[in-house]
Amino acid sequence: MASKYINVNLKVWRQKNANTKGKMETYKLDTVSTDSSFLEMMDQLNEQLINERQEPIAFDHDCREGICGMCSLYINGRAHGPDNAVTTCQLHMRKFDDGATIYIEPWRSKAFPVIKDLVVDRSAFDRIQQAGGFVSVNTSGNTIDANATPIPKADADKAFEAAACIGCGACVASCKNSSAMLFVGAKVSQYALLPQGKVEATNRVLNMVRQMEEEGFGNCTNTGACEVECPKGISLENIARMNREFMKAMITAE
Amino acid sequence: MSKSAILSSSIAKKYWMALTGLFLCLFLVGHLLGNLQLILKAGEEGKRAFNEYAYFMTHNPLIKVMSYLTYLSILFHAVDGILLTIQNKKARPIGYAHNSPNANSKFFARQMAVLGSIILIFIVIHMSNFWWKMKYSSDPMPLHSITVVDPQSKTPQSLYITHSDNYFPVSAFENSQMGEAQMEIRNGNEFFNKQVDVKMGEGYKDLYSLTVAFFGKDTDAIKANEQAGLAVAFYVLAMIVLSLHLMHGFSSAFQSLGVNHRRYNAGIKLFGKLFSIIIPAAFAMIPLYIFFTK
Ligand code: HEM
Ligand code: SF4
Ligand code: FES
Repeated sequence: MASKYINVNLKVWRQKNANTKGKMETYKLDTVSTDSSFLEMMDQLNEQLINERQEPIAFDHDCREGICGMCSLYINGRAHGPDNAVTTCQLHMRKFDDGATIYIEPWRSKAFPVIKDLVVDRSAFDRIQQAGGFVSVNTSGNTIDANATPIPKADADKAFEAAACIGCGACVASCKNSSAMLFVGAKVSQYALLPQGKVEATNRVLNMVRQMEEEGFGNCTNTGACEVECPKGISLENIARMNREFMKAMITAE
Repeated sequence: MSKSAILSSSIAKKYWMALTGLFLCLFLVGHLLGNLQLILKAGEEGKRAFNEYAYFMTHNPLIKVMSYLTYLSILFHAVDGILLTIQNKKARPIGYAHNSPNANSKFFARQMAVLGSIILIFIVIHMSNFWWKMKYSSDPMPLHSITVVDPQSKTPQSLYITHSDNYFPVSAFENSQMGEAQMEIRNGNEFFNKQVDVKMGEGYKDLYSLTVAFFGKDTDAIKANEQAGLAVAFYVLAMIVLSLHLMHGFSSAFQSLGVNHRRYNAGIKLFGKLFSIIIPAAFAMIPLYIFFTK
């Protein structure tokens, strides 16, 4: 595709820190290459702001190739913008028209408070992981090779699909209830499907769900928005599996 | 694990929503089969069928249990649903300046609480229109009667239909052997012989005439409701709302209960769609039919 240049109007959420109120600010940015990624466009905007001696916009990013889950941004009313199955770093400016107005906002959730501008605190996800998203392995020198345990191919595939979750939080951001069920469902599922994970399955699901609730995420109402917006195509099947695991655990736990 | 998790955990709340919701779906089927008696048979036979059904619904002990379960389900479902919705609203204190939710979900799936609240208002009005009148209203319900012509005297007379086949229809007028002077109606529908204080039988409360008149058709017992058009429109509107609630709710309940399997998903979705269209449409058809065939 031949590269093109477009001019855009940007409406960006600016907020000094967690304790101040923020507001939407408008910026004009000219000659944006349609080949650039969305984050490169943000870099270009920040250069412009720095040249104008204004404070650049804070936003999260790290790998810039869709694997770390750091980049967030609610773009024109959708998590990670108008493209499907991509992170913001994989979104390209060719998705936008010349003269377009683009709204850029942080993830909105009580559990993801804004730290500055577009950066939110996603440590709630870390605490959910710490509550049970692991397997306990004896590392005293006689660890069993994981490949020595036979696992049905179908289960291994499903566990792998669940493990593709990068913890980006798009599911929470796009859910009308700010529910984290897709994320937690994926994390519970990736272990529940494997023999190594079955050992701690009961406590895992109970503890992770309790932590999820304590963090202030909402309740799932199965609208399916998360599945549509998830950059890794995590399926609602994982939420159903967690619901089954939770039911089993609720009935049998002591 | 604390015992309260069965009530308070977010996932367990969803089980309750799903279980009560699906139970209410079952209730809808039963209620519809009953209501269809209003229009399936014409004339006196239809009236008889519906009033017998109404009698059955108020006298069968198993139905009593089911009806209390239904009231409980509606209450629990509504309270739990509203609590969940309030919690969910609190989970996003600051909203988006620009949001495109239609890109990833259906509006009726996002508005379950609004749809449910409209259904709740409908249920309250609906019950005060029919159920309350049937059970508690201070002015007595008319009882099911038929007019027959005595072949000898050639005078028409009105007879109350009785529930048990062992009793003859009871005359509503004085000029018969068991005249009104001796007959007394107690407890709304029980015929007593005043002289000997013996119950002669039970009549049918004429819910058929009440309902048919409510939706705009004159009957022998009751004159047609002047605001029947409004009543029919409200009923139909409520059924559209119910349809949207079920369009999301039916298959959603299976997901909540953890039933999500590639082999069955398409079937559940299809059945849910058909259910959420056919059941409310059949409900709505009844008042429409009554209204337009007067
Ligand atoms: C005959 C009447 C009703 C039927 C058959 C019905 C059925 C259902 C079903 C099957 C669900 C899906 C449950 C799930 O997703 O797990 C549902 C959800 C819901 N219902 Fe109802 N419902 C009825 C009346 C009501 C009423 C009166 C309210 C009152 C507010 C209500 C509020 C809700 C809400 C808020 C949800 C979404 C809850 C969630 O997904 O967390 N419903 N309903
Ligand atoms: S489930 Fe998808 S959207 Fe949610 S955190 Fe994981 S990768 Fe992101
Ligand atoms: S920056 Fe790593 S996924 Fe976008």
